[in-house]
Amino acid sequence: MTEFLSLHDAIAAYVPDGSTVALEGFTHLIPFAAGHEIVRQRKRDLTLVRMTPDLIYDQLIGMGCARKLVFSWGGNPGVGSLHRLRDAVEHAWPRALEIEEHSHAAMATAYAAGAAGLPCAVLRGYAGSDLVAHNTNIRSVECPFTGERLAAVPAIRPDVAIVHAQRADRAGNVLIEGITGVQKEVVLAARSAIVTVEEIVADLRAPSPNSTILPNWTITAVVEAPGGARPSYAHGYYARDNAFYIAWDSISRDRDEFTRWMHEHVLESSVEAVA
Amino acid sequence: MSAAYTSAEMMAIAAARLLRNDDVCFVGIGAPSLACNLARLTHAPDITLIYESGTVGARPDVLPLSIGDPELCETARTTVSVPEMFAYWLQGGRISVGFLGGAQLDRFANINSSVIGPYDQPRVRLPGGGGAPEIAALCRQTYVVMAQTKRSFVKRVDFITSFGFGEGGDHRSRLGIKTAGPTLVITDLCVMRPDPTTKELVVTALHPGVTREQVAANTGWPVRFADPLDETQPPSADELSTLRDLQRRTAEAHSARVIPSERSESRDLHPGSAA
Repeated sequence: MTEFLSLHDAIAAYVPDGSTVALEGFTHLIPFAAGHEIVRQRKRDLTLVRMTPDLIYDQLIGMGCARKLVFSWGGNPGVGSLHRLRDAVEHAWPRALEIEEHSHAAMATAYAAGAAGLPCAVLRGYAGSDLVAHNTNIRSVECPFTGERLAAVPAIRPDVAIVHAQRADRAGNVLIEGITGVQKEVVLAARSAIVTVEEIVADLRAPSPNSTILPNWTITAVVEAPGGARPSYAHGYYARDNAFYIAWDSISRDRDEFTRWMHEHVLESSVEAVA
Repeated sequence: MSAAYTSAEMMAIAAARLLRNDDVCFVGIGAPSLACNLARLTHAPDITLIYESGTVGARPDVLPLSIGDPELCETARTTVSVPEMFAYWLQGGRISVGFLGGAQLDRFANINSSVIGPYDQPRVRLPGGGGAPEIAALCRQTYVVMAQTKRSFVKRVDFITSFGFGEGGDHRSRLGIKTAGPTLVITDLCVMRPDPTTKELVVTALHPGVTREQVAANTGWPVRFADPLDETQPPSADELSTLRDLQRRTAEAHSARVIPSERSESRDLHPGSAA
């Protein structure tokens, strides 16, 4: 049965050093509060998986939590570089970072394969791209019916998935609305899944019989973390803080400025300042 | 007659004009998104804009900063998951035009958005391909819009993230790619199209006031010019005012900080309206 845990206890229990962790949310519902708790607990040697590393992985990488990154687009959307990710790849600061780089189409279908319990995903992908030469996990198979060569990538099966959602009911069923990204797939693909939510309610108020709901028996732990997706957003609750995404460019550009910011806003803040 | 305008405005307007009302367009963030929304607000009101976050038929009032801003989901006809977006809509062959940008483009319209320098020891680690490798291969055709400099328009890209015409000629069909590829490149100086046989990019139109010498000085290969060579129509007063209104609304929206204390009681999904 789903456990209801504090953010501290959920991260302490399910994110051991060295594990493979996927914090997902495609621009929307990015689990920042959970990422910050990983930083506070000084987790190390993580393999971080995420299609768009975004500011949250820039922070985790810059704070030395990651050994490896599996990703498909590593920028600050509409703004520019993720400077901590760049510094790690270009100068091994604060430590060397191994990368496994894919395209979005491949990672999305690799999550779906993970959810479906398949060993690999097949797609018409990577045609002519040099990515193939630099990632041994991009291979090809021949369709047994048509003979067409198709790209194949291994299914993504993280040790733990962490996503944010609008709400859970008291039994631990979770409702996700808006841009759902790969939220459902990553939860079903992972060995355990932590969901942080804006609120825990008596009634989910699902707006349609086709609403995206994760039943409680697919979720390991539910954590109430209002504001837990800021500065990304939660559809129906608060907007994306685009001004902060723009401001992050100068905060993260310099190692000392970044470290100061993380100390002030994350490490020395026992509770999320935004919550 | 028209007012003074910048070369960046000319690029956006020239790109917008190439889109048709019945196009189904896969939109990249930045210059592509600007051109596509300008087309929608001028001559192509019914154009279908699809963003890789899963929003199908988005009609945003301000330009999104990221590929998954609330504005896109709020105004879309439907929002699908990211695996569905790439599998059913892009790979399924339902997109007429893919609109891409990049850091480097070469004379066969291959795009680099991955690294400057060697992959394992990059001088500059760029964000990566995201959706572009498959957009480039699976849309019926692609348009590329990017500012033209000698550094960005190179003889050969450091890394092929998204395949254009490879080494030219029939390279696409030799790889089994069935789509037309990059049929148009729109810059702040000119419009280029691939030569029908060699597939090398050839300048087919100059923007008003731009000389052949200027184009040659900003191109990293000995660029050829079509004969006859067209001149782009200057922006109309309506195109310019629509573009500037859109950019003004966007700048106001993106500079508005979302105040954390609004929290869950706030249902305001548009940061701009709080300004």
